[in-house]
Amino acid sequence: MTVAVNPSQTGEPVFYVADEHPHPEGYSTSLGFWIYLMSDCLIFAMLFAAFGVLGANYAAGPAPKDLFDLNLVAVNTSMLLLSSITYGFAMLTMQQNKIAQTQMWLAITGLFGIAFISIELTEFAHMIHEGATPQRSAFLSSFFTLVGTHGLHVSCGLIWLVTLMVQVWRFGLIEANRRRLMCLSMFWHFLDVVWIGVFTFVYLLGVLR
Amino acid sequence: MSPDLLKLIFGRLGLDSLPLHEPILVGTFVMVALGGGALFAGVTYFRLWGYLWREWFTTVDHKRIGIMYMILGIVMLLRGFADALMMRAQQALAFGGSEGFLPAHHYDQVFTAHGVIMIFFVAMPLVTGLMNYVVPLQIGARDVSFPFLNNFSFWMTVGGAVLVMASLFIGEFARTGWLAYPPLSNIGYSPDVGVDYYIWALQIAGVGTTLSGINLICTIVKLRCPGMTMMKMPVFTWTALCTNILIVASFPVLTVVLALLSLDRYVGTNFFTNDFGGSPMMYVNLIWIWGHPEVYILVLPAFGIFSEVTSTFSGKRLFGYTSMVYATVVITILSYLVWLHHFFTMGSGASVNSFFGITTMIISIPTGAKMFNWLFTMYRGRIRFELPMLWTIAFMLTFVLGGMTGVLLAVPPADFVLHNSLFLIAHFHNVIIGGVVFGAFAGINYWFPKAFGFKLDPFWGKLSFWFWVTGFYMAFMPLYVLGLMGVTRRLRVFDDPSLQIWFVIAAIGAGLVFLGILSMLMQFAVSFLKREQLKDVTGDPWDARTLEWATSSPPPDYNFAFTPVVHDNDAWWDMKKRGYQRPLIGFKPIHMPSSTGTGVILAGLATAMGFGLIWYIWWLAAASFIAMLVVGIGHTFNYHRDFDIPADDVIRTEDARTKLLAGAK
Amino acid sequence: MSRLKILALLPLAVALSGCNYVVLAPAGDIAAQQRDLVIISTVLMLLIVVPVMALTVLFAWRYRQSNTSARYEPDWDHSTKLELVIWSAPLLIIVCLGALTWMGTHLLDPYRNIGRIHAERAVDQSKAPLDVDVVALDWKWLFIYPDYGIATVNELAAPVDRPINFHITASSVMNSFYIPALAGQIYAMPGMETSLHAVINHAGAYKGFSANYSGAGFSGMHFTFHGLDDKGFDAWIAQAKSAGGSLGRAEYLQLEKPSENEPVRRWGTVDADLYRLILNMCVETGKMCQSEMMAIDAKGGLGHEGLNNTLPLAYDKYARRGTVLGPEPTFVAGTCTPDAPQGVVTTAAIKAPLDTAPLIGAGLKRPTFTPLKSSSFLLGQRPKSDS
Repeated sequence: MTVAVNPSQTGEPVFYVADEHPHPEGYSTSLGFWIYLMSDCLIFAMLFAAFGVLGANYAAGPAPKDLFDLNLVAVNTSMLLLSSITYGFAMLTMQQNKIAQTQMWLAITGLFGIAFISIELTEFAHMIHEGATPQRSAFLSSFFTLVGTHGLHVSCGLIWLVTLMVQVWRFGLIEANRRRLMCLSMFWHFLDVVWIGVFTFVYLLGVLR
Repeated sequence: MSPDLLKLIFGRLGLDSLPLHEPILVGTFVMVALGGGALFAGVTYFRLWGYLWREWFTTVDHKRIGIMYMILGIVMLLRGFADALMMRAQQALAFGGSEGFLPAHHYDQVFTAHGVIMIFFVAMPLVTGLMNYVVPLQIGARDVSFPFLNNFSFWMTVGGAVLVMASLFIGEFARTGWLAYPPLSNIGYSPDVGVDYYIWALQIAGVGTTLSGINLICTIVKLRCPGMTMMKMPVFTWTALCTNILIVASFPVLTVVLALLSLDRYVGTNFFTNDFGGSPMMYVNLIWIWGHPEVYILVLPAFGIFSEVTSTFSGKRLFGYTSMVYATVVITILSYLVWLHHFFTMGSGASVNSFFGITTMIISIPTGAKMFNWLFTMYRGRIRFELPMLWTIAFMLTFVLGGMTGVLLAVPPADFVLHNSLFLIAHFHNVIIGGVVFGAFAGINYWFPKAFGFKLDPFWGKLSFWFWVTGFYMAFMPLYVLGLMGVTRRLRVFDDPSLQIWFVIAAIGAGLVFLGILSMLMQFAVSFLKREQLKDVTGDPWDARTLEWATSSPPPDYNFAFTPVVHDNDAWWDMKKRGYQRPLIGFKPIHMPSSTGTGVILAGLATAMGFGLIWYIWWLAAASFIAMLVVGIGHTFNYHRDFDIPADDVIRTEDARTKLLAGAK
Repeated sequence: MSRLKILALLPLAVALSGCNYVVLAPAGDIAAQQRDLVIISTVLMLLIVVPVMALTVLFAWRYRQSNTSARYEPDWDHSTKLELVIWSAPLLIIVCLGALTWMGTHLLDPYRNIGRIHAERAVDQSKAPLDVDVVALDWKWLFIYPDYGIATVNELAAPVDRPINFHITASSVMNSFYIPALAGQIYAMPGMETSLHAVINHAGAYKGFSANYSGAGFSGMHFTFHGLDDKGFDAWIAQAKSAGGSLGRAEYLQLEKPSENEPVRRWGTVDADLYRLILNMCVETGKMCQSEMMAIDAKGGLGHEGLNNTLPLAYDKYARRGTVLGPEPTFVAGTCTPDAPQGVVTTAAIKAPLDTAPLIGAGLKRPTFTPLKSSSFLLGQRPKSDS
């Protein structure tokens, strides 16, 4: 849109846009989604803070070093990191308008995501079976809540991913779908970053403690 | 039916959950049922349901959503104020062995509900409503960035309010104080549904608030009209921007705190318990990390309103625009560094306490600068004492007192003797009523003609003003006095008869405020009846300065037929001064978002889910949750959410205005 | 007393007649110093508040629309000089107030041992202060005098001019321990200890109460605080002694149950370990004490064995009550016999060394201590530094 903000050539000030075009669809979406991610980030920040405060309150129960299986967590971490890479490939192929390949990479991302969730659930089930339930100590409460909230986010991301795959399949890589894939991409990488925080502060530093 | 089956269907909801044995509640219920029934019958009789659904409930127009927020705020004000009257009456009566008329079980709910309702469902909707209505107009936009989200946010707020209202007649509300400190609010000491109502009402309304915050930030950042740089934005828009940044950066904290409290209450985790390493102090910290910015969320837009009003009614540019903006930004940042001043008495060390005390005091520097800016805006002006200006002057005189007692409370040793006393109660009512409520009323009187095309009646307005102001001083100055006598808050009965006179004065003050509220309702009614006399055809009844006054009153759906171009802070003033001619030809079709019922449905389902979780009706909670997912995902399959207003319609609307303007001359 | 101080008190003197403004006219030195801070801060702020209010009224009147003789400058919106003034005036006041706050907060820190009995008299370090253990119960106050072996409910007494060290905790929910005539309040919280150091200067009966809402019986949760001369205090102790009865763990568990508007009760003897058990939330037999739990946690928990050391909760203050979706409530069992707790008594044994020197900035040389002349440490003579 061409706008004369300063007085036009005739010397008269311009007070309105005569040849206006509406803002393109989704004009504010990426900013809005960024702000949403920051608010979500704050949710994790609070959960990290809660873990920071309560993480050493074992209530005479087990500590991280008794419970965490770092090998399993390392596998789990690699699942999520790989899913981020494959999502990146999906975005690259999307740029090239290759629907089939995009869908394939999305599907692979989803599989990695499912693997991540399954491993996490296995870990949780194992701990609960042992008796290390969220109720056992404040440390375990904050651990399960922080990691569980992350897992919940990944699960929502998976539902979203499936929805988008259906939408891409039905409507193609139209502008709206590209924008949505972009948003999910940011969401997915954001969860990756959060997980790196979880892996470092909860698991690695926990075992060291 | 077997008890197990009943429990499966109704959870812990039973006949005994209805307060049939409490005459006050039964009476209230009868009144509400009669009133609600009459309203329902009226709407049905006049066949308004279709109209309401199409034009209001499902609308994505920021103006209508703004008006609905205001209506919600005023309706809830009546409820919250009824609670206030009951408290004042109880405290004025319960002397000399008298238990008053409220048992602890009821009284404790009343003061909790009063706080929750006044902050979340009165102050927040009033402030959000004004921002929703005014901001897009002030920045020359057609709507907000995400119109559907706006509708959804509003209905989520309504959902929270519905839950709070439901608690009046189904079960009970929390008996914990408005911030529900554990361990008192934990399952061991509050096993009933009250705290669950609290949690889910705030959680649902909080989601709405966060989303509307994101929405308005995007609107202000992305949709400003050409020429409006950040430093040319009207001050109200600036304060709205800062407020919404605060919302987005603080409400997630509330979400987390309430989620952790619900985990403690529903599954027995140990975040805020005494045993197993939990820390109730963490709750107090976290909730105030949300709670203190919340205060500024409410008061910053009020500051913005006062800036607009002072400048308009002094007929003068705002003094020190730049320092006003910087003051707002500084307050926004500092509001995160002061939360601990709400609990100096919890045993932090002296260095921590003095740090937070001093940061709190520092906030008074930008606030003081703002006060001076308003003062010097009046200086060498031509002040018209219309209603908005009266509220502004009352604010300036009242707020400095509240600010002063606030800084006093920020001195930790002084806080040790005044914390949780009625002095504190007087202080925060002094700033919230003197700042936020007066600000909202100034805003209502100021922008009402813009929204409805006629001014509010000044006689009833002035009556309301004087009742409110005198009532406020009578109700709260005695509380300062009582605080200095060492009387603490939330007491239900008293044994020292010498205190009674002060409580009686305070109760009379509350009665005056009640008259003020009635006068305000009367003002609306009278203004509606006299709307032809009070009519404004110019769209600019106050000779105002910002863009919202450049369009008609009420503005057309599309706000501006052509997007304005701005050259000055006071854009409309500048246009008037430089002989702006309203365009009469060249109209084009205008692209607008379409209405949708999805927001109402989603928020309704969220409310049902909340109700199910409160009463342990698991099937209801699960079914509504799944329905929400389905409806939400289904909504994303709708790719056609916009339409074009044909050029012919625009021409018709604009021609009508041309005729109206010609008639006015 | 300086002239400024008298001026500051003048309006208050008027207001004081007739009613009991205990916050402004307390009977304890700490509360009196806190009162001084309240007044000084108010006066400081009035320096700016009064002009602002006066100017508001003046400008509103002078520049009213009908006054066409007043100057009208619709485009005047900036003046660097004025802006400088409006930012620096509040800044200056806050600088003063900030300095006051820093000093006052440190000097009146409730954890800090008091250095003076009142303005003219320093604490005699050779005499022991009075120790009182305070427990906020639902909805009454328990006071234990460890040095005298007595306990009372809803009645507290202390000799005039003898420093009192309160150790404060609670049994279930948060309360706030507040005797306005004596000193500012401090929260009483379960499983945690807060302290308060104070002294009462005038004999009399004063009100004390909880200043933090704690549930249904909150309104009735008040007590009388007696400031007594030495003889009166001895008589009061003797009266409690003669009341007989013994407050042990079993009696405490009875007492702890919620009750409202409790009358005064006294016990002649009290279990010496009771307060420590209450603080560590292990009065119930078999329950692990917090101190022990924290010591274990600091060493890294009990490992997998720690998963088996919980027992179903049989006793709860209200009822046996769990969450709807969670498992049955449990508690952590002690790892040793309940009658001989493993953890050495730590909470009561450690006494911080007395340090009464006025606080100065970190790294600065400490001034020598001289008792302050004025009742206000801020407006009175400042101690002379020897540097």
